[in-house]
Amino acid sequence: MPEIFGVPVPVLYGQLLLGLVNGSFYALLSLGLSLIFGLLNIVNFAHGTMYMLGAFLAYFLLQPLGLGYWWAVVLVPIMAAGLGIGIERTILRRIYKLDHIYGLLVTFALTMIIEGLVRVWFGVSGLRYAVPDSLSGMVDLGFMKLPIYRAWVIVAALGLCLLTWAVIERTRLGAILRAGTENPALVKAFGVNVPLLVTLVFGWGVALAAFAGVLAAPLMQLTPQIGHSIIITVFGVVVIGGMGSILGSIVTGLGLGLLEGLTKVYYPEASSTVIFVVMILVLLVRPHGLFGKQ
Amino acid sequence: MSETVLSLKDINGWYGESHVLHGVSLDVARGEVVSLIGRNGAGRTTILRAIMGMLDQRTGTLSVMGRDMSATPAHRMAECGLGYCPEERGIFASLSCEENLMLPPPIRAGSQMAMSLDEIYAMFPNLKDRAQSPGTRLSGGEQQMLAIARILRTGADILLLDEISEGLAPVIVQTLARVIRELKARGFTIIMVEQNFRFAAPLADRFFIIEHGSVVEEIHQADLAARMDDIRTWLGV
Repeated sequence: MPEIFGVPVPVLYGQLLLGLVNGSFYALLSLGLSLIFGLLNIVNFAHGTMYMLGAFLAYFLLQPLGLGYWWAVVLVPIMAAGLGIGIERTILRRIYKLDHIYGLLVTFALTMIIEGLVRVWFGVSGLRYAVPDSLSGMVDLGFMKLPIYRAWVIVAALGLCLLTWAVIERTRLGAILRAGTENPALVKAFGVNVPLLVTLVFGWGVALAAFAGVLAAPLMQLTPQIGHSIIITVFGVVVIGGMGSILGSIVTGLGLGLLEGLTKVYYPEASSTVIFVVMILVLLVRPHGLFGKQ
Repeated sequence: MSETVLSLKDINGWYGESHVLHGVSLDVARGEVVSLIGRNGAGRTTILRAIMGMLDQRTGTLSVMGRDMSATPAHRMAECGLGYCPEERGIFASLSCEENLMLPPPIRAGSQMAMSLDEIYAMFPNLKDRAQSPGTRLSGGEQQMLAIARILRTGADILLLDEISEGLAPVIVQTLARVIRELKARGFTIIMVEQNFRFAAPLADRFFIIEHGSVVEEIHQADLAARMDDIRTWLGV
């Protein structure tokens, strides 16, 4: 069997694919986090919780409601966006003018509350969500076997990331959004309903996180803690990519996912810390992140 | 005198805890050019921001076209015909020149005041050449023209211009003076805050001297020559 640096090629490809899948989740989450920080000035600690909630809502739709995977793909982001909009209107709106630390504290509190509720409702033992029949199975690519579901995750996540990027960089709505990130008071003076824009952006960011949760549901044991582990990594991704850079979030998310995958192959002991090592190096050399502006 | 389009009565304003405007009252008539002059920190910029609803707190009565706008939120002020050109120009760095120009949404469909893109590019030819450049790559003069141009498209007929001549070369300042005359001829009502009195002197119909957050004197263009000594005292020059 062919090898690269002593690792069989299929194993290497397998880990790279896994890295790409994780990278897709990092990209979806850090994109939303970055958008929200840009316009709302809030470090949304609850972002991982929305991802977790997305996965559990998919589970809930299936059992007891009997609505399958494709229903979840459509309905869960809408439900999460609704929840996000409610949270923005009732809670976050009151703290925009305060220091960042208040936003972090409030969203941390939300994390604890939502997680607690999920624990009460679903328990702490891991739940399983089956891969939908329409996406199960493998394709033989010759050099490796590709699980169809993983391919779908990468395509769907990247598609949504690119769609978000295109809207922000190429449309009039996106221009208003970029301007609102720079100087919301002036954009308001031009007659744009900035508070509504803020609400919609928060809703969209949360919907992206919940969508990532639905995509991830068939790939893992669902426990209320899954939001924790991913949000810490995603904060690392955002810091490395640079707060506020859309393309930076996407590229960095994918790149770090791949790096994590490679580390699992060659030096597994470091696989859970490699992102933070990179983060420290980047902070030393470019404190505003790889794609961040001064 | 023609109809009053903008009226401030006993406006008080605050930034956080600090009380910065103390009973400002002034009226502006349709088609008039007025200039707010005074020392740095006298509150001229703050008056424009108070009109746009950009202070933390404001009391008193603000009416536009005879309608009381005192309780209107900031994002609804533009639609009564106000176009705001802020101090420091407010050009967005992440937007191209053209995106900056097209950013403010039209405030009234079919307004006769709205200038077409062709008219705007005829008035500011540089902006057409620089359409795809990032906003902050433009020269200071181009940025200032862009900041004025983008409120001419929307149908706003009352222009609030804050320190448009600041930091610009004399030749650009002359161009801006020509632009102000042309806008006045088109029927725009203009309220400009100016530090550069020599720029404002020939352009404005009336001058309001601002001191300690209130209007201390109003001078008509016709009386300007006779009052120059007073003005020098007020401006401290």
